[in-house]
Formats: sequence, structure tokens, C-alpha cells
Amino acid sequence: MMRFSALALLVLFCVGAGAQTVMRDRLESETLTAEQQQRYQQLVNELRCLVCQNQSIADSDAPLAADLRDQVHRQLVAGRSNAEIRRYLTDRYGDFVLYRPPFKASTWLLWLGPFALLLVALAVAVGFVRKRKPAGPSAVDPARLQRLLDEERERP
Amino acid sequence: MRLRYLLPVLLLAGLAVLFAVGLRNDPREVPSPLIGKPAPAFDLARIGSEQRLRLADLKGRPVLVNFWASWCAGCQVEHPMLMRLAREGVEIIGIDYKDTDADGLNWLARHGNPFRTLAADPLGQVGLDWGVYGVPETFVLDAEGTIVFKQIGPLTETAWREQIQPLMRGVGR
Repeated sequence: MMRFSALALLVLFCVGAGAQTVMRDRLESETLTAEQQQRYQQLVNELRCLVCQNQSIADSDAPLAADLRDQVHRQLVAGRSNAEIRRYLTDRYGDFVLYRPPFKASTWLLWLGPFALLLVALAVAVGFVRKRKPAGPSAVDPARLQRLLDEERERP
Repeated sequence: MRLRYLLPVLLLAGLAVLFAVGLRNDPREVPSPLIGKPAPAFDLARIGSEQRLRLADLKGRPVLVNFWASWCAGCQVEHPMLMRLAREGVEIIGIDYKDTDADGLNWLARHGNPFRTLAADPLGQVGLDWGVYGVPETFVLDAEGTIVFKQIGPLTETAWREQIQPLMRGVGR
């Protein structure tokens, strides 16, 4: 029961936060066509707020995030493409504003690092398991073992 | 066999170096891609004058362009430094960011005015164009109007002595 009410509370919070964003964006999106509105949502959710840093400009209440949303809105109305809008922002704030940084010389480690680590971990795990495998039945020859034991016994 | 015992120690040492470097980085300082590029053009109303201020007005000599506001705490921190530089003859252009002219002038009357030219950016449009994300921010422009340095946050003695002053002397003049 406790767990259920905690979950219900969490869901309630999430719904509340979502509704707030929708309300705010509806005011800003009034002059956009349905297609532009969809692009607006996509853009503001993948652009990072520079003040709060770990929120998209859609989620952030910082004044700068509002300015950036406004800028995205204005450029959409002016007929700019998504790529042009992203470029406008990266020209001024760098790749930092993008939550999905482009693949290039300075970011290859960021993109490939996790997969490389996974491969290394797999290799280590495979090696570990191989080494621990019990020796096969052929490793000890029972006849030879018996012979050695017999020899040992015959010694004075 | 010896490697087996050495490996964890090496890993730990590697991580320690990584963390030491990481701790020194300030994640709030986002490097500006505008460095080395011409400053974005602008056209702003001046405060206390009927004239406009445009990018062309800043060319011909190195200048500092300081984005500040009367509501900004960091601006009070760096203010004595700006006053000192102004006394030493450095040309500082003040851009009052997201502020009212009355509040801005009031603040300057109280603390002193280090700006040779003062313009207002009440909506922060020029700030956005220049990649400003939190005042105070100070740009160093050379005589051609190229941004050669950007200080994020209060202008410190160290930043001036080690980074900005050599640039101001090296360009134009």
C-alpha cells in the first residue's frame, strides 16, 4: 500500500510538471502551424539550458531558457530549418547547447567510449569464465594416478 | 603474474589523475565558439544620449565590452576592478543587460561609472547574439572588431594580468 501511494504521488508530480510545460508552450506556439509546432517541441527538448545545464530549454524556468525558446520560435516563424536554428545556437554557445553532440574529432570518445568499455568488460568476463572452467576428465589419467600411488606405497 | 597485482594500482592512479583534472574544470564555464571570430553586429540605444551605438563604433582600437546589470551580484564584485582599469585608461563599453535605464543609471551613480560608452540591451537580444548566458561577461575586442577573449563571471585581477592585458597591448595601439 505504501509503495502504491508513493508511486501514485510520483505519477501525479510528473503529470503536473508535464501539464505546466504544455501550458507554457501553448502560449508560445499559438502562431505556429502543426508541423512547426512539432518541430518546436523537438528543438526545445534537445537544446540545453546554459544556466541550469542539466535541463533542456523546454524544462527550464531560467530567463535565458525563455529567451532561447523565444528565439527558436521566432526563427521557426521566419521559415528557418531545424539545422539552421541549431547552427545559429552552436555558433554562439558551442556544441554545449546540444544534448546530442555531433560525432567529430573531439567527441568520438564520448560516443564510442561506452561501447569500447562494454567490449573490454566482455573480454575480461569471457577470460575469467574460461579460466575457472573445471578441468576436463582427460586431465587426470586414473590409471596413471593409481600407478603413482602404488609406487609410493611400495617405497620403504 | 606481477602485472596482475600492479593493474588495480595503475587503474586507481589513472582515475585519480582523471578526477584531479576534472575537479579543476568549472562546468559552468562554457567555452565560447565566438573567440577568434568577428563580433556580431548590433545597433543599440545609448543611455543618456540620443545617439546609437553600433559595432563600427568599436573598431580602430582594442576595447573591453562588459555586459552588466544593476540586478547582478557578480557585477558589484568586479566593479572596483573596472573602475581601476578605467582610471588606467582602458576603454570599457558597458552594455546594460535586461535592465531599465533608470535602475542602471542609479546603480552607476551609487558605485561610480567605469564606462566610456553606455548602451542598453533591455531584452537581452544582443546578449543572446553574443552568446552571453550570465552577467557579468566581458569580451575583449581587437582593433578589427574580432573577439579575442571572453571572461565569464567577474573580471579578476589574475584574468586581467595574465590574459587580457597582454592581448590589449598586443593588438592595435
